[in-house]
Amino acid sequence: MNDPESRPDPDALVRRAYEEEGREKRARLRIFFGFAPGVGKTYRMLQVARERAIEQKLDVVAGIVETHGRAETEALLEGLDVLSRRKVEYRGRALDELDLDAALARRPKILLLDELAHTNAPGSRHAKRWQDAIELLDAGIDVYTTVNVQHVESLNDVVAQITGIQVRETIPDSILERADEIELVDIAPEELLARLREGKVYLPEQAKRATAHFFKRGNLLALRELALRRTAERVDVDMREYREQHGVVTPWPAGERILVCISPAPSSGRLMRAASRMAAGLRAPWVAAYVESPAVKAPSEADRARLESHLRLAEMLGGTVTRLSGTSISEALLRYARKHNVTRIIIGKPTHSRLRDRLRGSLLDEVVRGSGDVDVHVISGSESAETAPVPAEAPKEPTRAVMYGWAVLLVVATTVLAAAVHAVYPVPDLEVLYVLAVMLAAVRFGRGPSILAAALGVAGYDFFFVPPFHTLNVADARYFLTFAMMFGVGLLLSELTARIQRQEQDARHREAWTAALYELSRDLAAADDTEAVAAAVARHAEQVFEATAHVLQSVDDGAMRAVAVAPAATSLDSADLAVARWAFEHARPSGLGTDTLPGSKIVCAPLTVRGAPLGVLVLAPKGTTPLGAEQRAFLDAFCRQAAFAFDRVRLTSEANTAALRAKTEEMRSSLLSAVSHDLRTPLSAITGAATALRDDGGLGANTRAELLDSICEEAERLERLVANLLDMTRLEAGPVALKREWVPLEELVGSALTRLERKLGERPVNVAIAEALPLLSVDPVLFEQVFINLFENAARYTSPGSPIEVLARSEPGVVLIEVADAGPGLPAGSESRIFEKFYRGGHTGSAGAGLGLAICKAIVEAHGGTITAENRRPSGANFRIRVPIPGVAPSISSHVEEARP
Amino acid sequence: MTDFRPLVLLVEDEPQMRRFMRATLTSHGYRLLEAGTSAEALMLASTHNPELLLLDLGLPDGDGIELTRRIREWGRMPVIVISARGREDDKVAALDAGADDYLTKPFGVNELLARMRVALRHARAGAAPSGAQAIEVGELSVDLVRREVKRGGQEVHLTPIEYKLLVLLAQNAGKVLTHQHILKEVWGPAYANQPHYVRVHMAELRKKIEANPARPKWLVTEPGVGYRLRDRSVDDAGA
Repeated sequence: MNDPESRPDPDALVRRAYEEEGREKRARLRIFFGFAPGVGKTYRMLQVARERAIEQKLDVVAGIVETHGRAETEALLEGLDVLSRRKVEYRGRALDELDLDAALARRPKILLLDELAHTNAPGSRHAKRWQDAIELLDAGIDVYTTVNVQHVESLNDVVAQITGIQVRETIPDSILERADEIELVDIAPEELLARLREGKVYLPEQAKRATAHFFKRGNLLALRELALRRTAERVDVDMREYREQHGVVTPWPAGERILVCISPAPSSGRLMRAASRMAAGLRAPWVAAYVESPAVKAPSEADRARLESHLRLAEMLGGTVTRLSGTSISEALLRYARKHNVTRIIIGKPTHSRLRDRLRGSLLDEVVRGSGDVDVHVISGSESAETAPVPAEAPKEPTRAVMYGWAVLLVVATTVLAAAVHAVYPVPDLEVLYVLAVMLAAVRFGRGPSILAAALGVAGYDFFFVPPFHTLNVADARYFLTFAMMFGVGLLLSELTARIQRQEQDARHREAWTAALYELSRDLAAADDTEAVAAAVARHAEQVFEATAHVLQSVDDGAMRAVAVAPAATSLDSADLAVARWAFEHARPSGLGTDTLPGSKIVCAPLTVRGAPLGVLVLAPKGTTPLGAEQRAFLDAFCRQAAFAFDRVRLTSEANTAALRAKTEEMRSSLLSAVSHDLRTPLSAITGAATALRDDGGLGANTRAELLDSICEEAERLERLVANLLDMTRLEAGPVALKREWVPLEELVGSALTRLERKLGERPVNVAIAEALPLLSVDPVLFEQVFINLFENAARYTSPGSPIEVLARSEPGVVLIEVADAGPGLPAGSESRIFEKFYRGGHTGSAGAGLGLAICKAIVEAHGGTITAENRRPSGANFRIRVPIPGVAPSISSHVEEARP
Repeated sequence: MTDFRPLVLLVEDEPQMRRFMRATLTSHGYRLLEAGTSAEALMLASTHNPELLLLDLGLPDGDGIELTRRIREWGRMPVIVISARGREDDKVAALDAGADDYLTKPFGVNELLARMRVALRHARAGAAPSGAQAIEVGELSVDLVRREVKRGGQEVHLTPIEYKLLVLLAQNAGKVLTHQHILKEVWGPAYANQPHYVRVHMAELRKKIEANPARPKWLVTEPGVGYRLRDRSVDDAGA
């Protein structure tokens, strides 16, 4: 049997296959890489671009090229198409930015985009220029760009150590890996320094201050080495890939997988950068894991924000992020490591005292001990060097002070109570009362107040009940033991209670979310079309996230349209729709608190199933605070569930369409068989009779007459059939255009009877139409057909002398018409089926194609009426037609005498 | 020698229909001109001046209704249009354009001959001075001078409108009259959009002149087109 834990991760295999596939058609990214400003990256980029444009006749457009006024660089720009820049006004300064939409619309083969690490002006679609580059590449446009080594995220802290300058504009390592070509632009540091002295190097204002420090020969040498090494690593990777692709056997590098354990602590950033570098060297994937555990104290608002920024950093550095939970951090980590074939674990060096490890157990120890064949790397995290953005500490709960007050009061009350008990009935163990008070304080007011209560309790007990009384002195040394025990019990209790409370709170949180998801899934299960699903999603999202929720789907032209909104009557402006559209097209979240268009007031979460977007959930929070990390995680789960519901509805509707098509197909074949039978029978009769008349000279006069009659009858039958088919087709072709006129019912019935004069013969027809029956508003030609079909039916199924009755009277809002015969009636149970197409009521031969009643039904229903059938007693069939009377029939009498004499 | 047999122009593009009509009409004493297109028909009509036109509305090269209109610009000969069921609008349009009657495909020989006889009779009567003082249709008799109507010898009391309706129908006995035509003749052009006037008064008239108004024998409805007062003397002849 296979050991499930040593199997390669299928995700990795899939991703590998996907990467291979994507490489074929995707656009190319070429990076001109330098170790410092002034090495000539832009110049080199323009040289290459010119070659492409002039020699290969490719369409090259300069998106952003910073020539800094240098003549020789500008000369290279000549003849290239330069995209005009987007002017952005920010804090009184006019900023030039890439016009991304114009670039996408222009669709050049190659776009030049200088300074990849640039941060876009607020209000741009993406926060960073490298994100613009990704979008351009996704759109199939090759991008040429420039980067300096200090802007590479994973080298960021190394550069800071060398130069003492923290560079804030960074690009993720993943984009370097994404690059198809990296060209190192290199000059000797001496030459660079010479150029600097000659004033040939342009430096931005803010960098000038640091120039003196930055452009030292030692620094430049170190940076150059970094850049060379980074490029060499890349060359190495390319080489390995080449060898793999060409069947050169090398060890399977995907065996490595790195897990880095992070916490809200600022040092985690360093751990991740180290992991990223190690992963790049090993060509291995890496995962940043954060373990939520009740054993750890609950993270504060600031911790949470920092954790979130760590998780984002992990993604930027090309890692994946996972959240684990468990009572023990080490166990959770090791479980994950075993399950996902992790080969290396990176952990921060402990910074606390050894004593704490003794008391609580050391995470490092536990991990190392349980790691088995997994390597454990311990890396120092110099916290001071880190500059992870830490938002201002959230204001403390205002109730805190009150809680401490209550704890003091509680101790005072306990003292009073103890004094009372002591006065009435002196018991030796009054300290138990204090322990009780500490417990109460821990349960009601939390950890701090309970510790205060314990301290006060010890003091109170000593002061009032330990001799000598009313001093804090202690006569008997044994009491110190009592104090220590009291305080110890108090601390332990407060710790335990606090932990239980936190767990309880977590559980309540989780339960609330589980309940919310459950309710959502229940409502989604009941929804059976897209609109209903969208409405349920919007309604729940509004409640759960306390935000205005919109569910958008894409319409044919690619624009996003709101399918459901909660609360109703709110709408999105076009900027919001653009944010949503981006999220939909890239299947990634956008808006407030994300990397894309973070300046927006809304959060857009794509609803994706198997990577395909089905819609976007847009949340407009009531305030402007981004969603917290936990809420984001919950939003993910929420969106996944919603997406599955959309997917289900879509699949159901596809299945329905298929079923409908199958039914239509069945109908068509039934029509074909009926029609071919019904057309052939009279045709055979006519052919037979006609050939007999032509070819057989010996026929008697009677026989000839009979044959002629049969020809006429059969021809008539054919004519009826064709007419019926035409009628049916016309009625089914879509909404029937009714030519309504006000018609007396007598005329319709009379006309039908006249037309069937010959067929009905001398059969008695009793017409009883109520005197004051209103005019009908119907299409006279169509409605007459109803009566013709009903009378024909009666004539066909009843004996020649049997009477037909027509009754009509008005009921509120409708006219009721009954057509009854005294024949054998309808086959039991077929009362509704007889109105179906091609239903013949068990009769064959004499019947038509089974269309007559279906036509009646279609006509009556087109008029908004109903037709039903039933058997009457003792025998016979009765058809009831109800036709609504729309409005008031026009009056006649007033106009009658106006006519010309 | 002059041939006194009536000359009929048949405008029809289907060879089978022409074969059947040719056989029928020549054996019933008509001379026949045949045209397959409306251009040909217009040419033959103007050069031969036929007494009657049988016109299929479904011609390949154009509009039978337009042809009717153009012939009516100069000629009074009766035009009978032939059209399929379900094309009631075409029929009404042709009748309004000046056609005299219509036949619905498929039709029998008797029906064809009856329509032709009615059309020819009205054409010939129209040419002669109209001095008729009474009209007889079946068991109905209308005395135009005394404004009296009798059914089987019994006097029938009609309102002025009903009387006008009946006279109009009787004068055109055997011919179809469209709702529009009736409205215009009886009520005047202002009432052209009130077809229910005709329907309601027709129902009243039927109650007075029909033996069984529920199953009318004389005053019949032509669905979607109008009304016709049957002329049994014509309908039954040659049956």
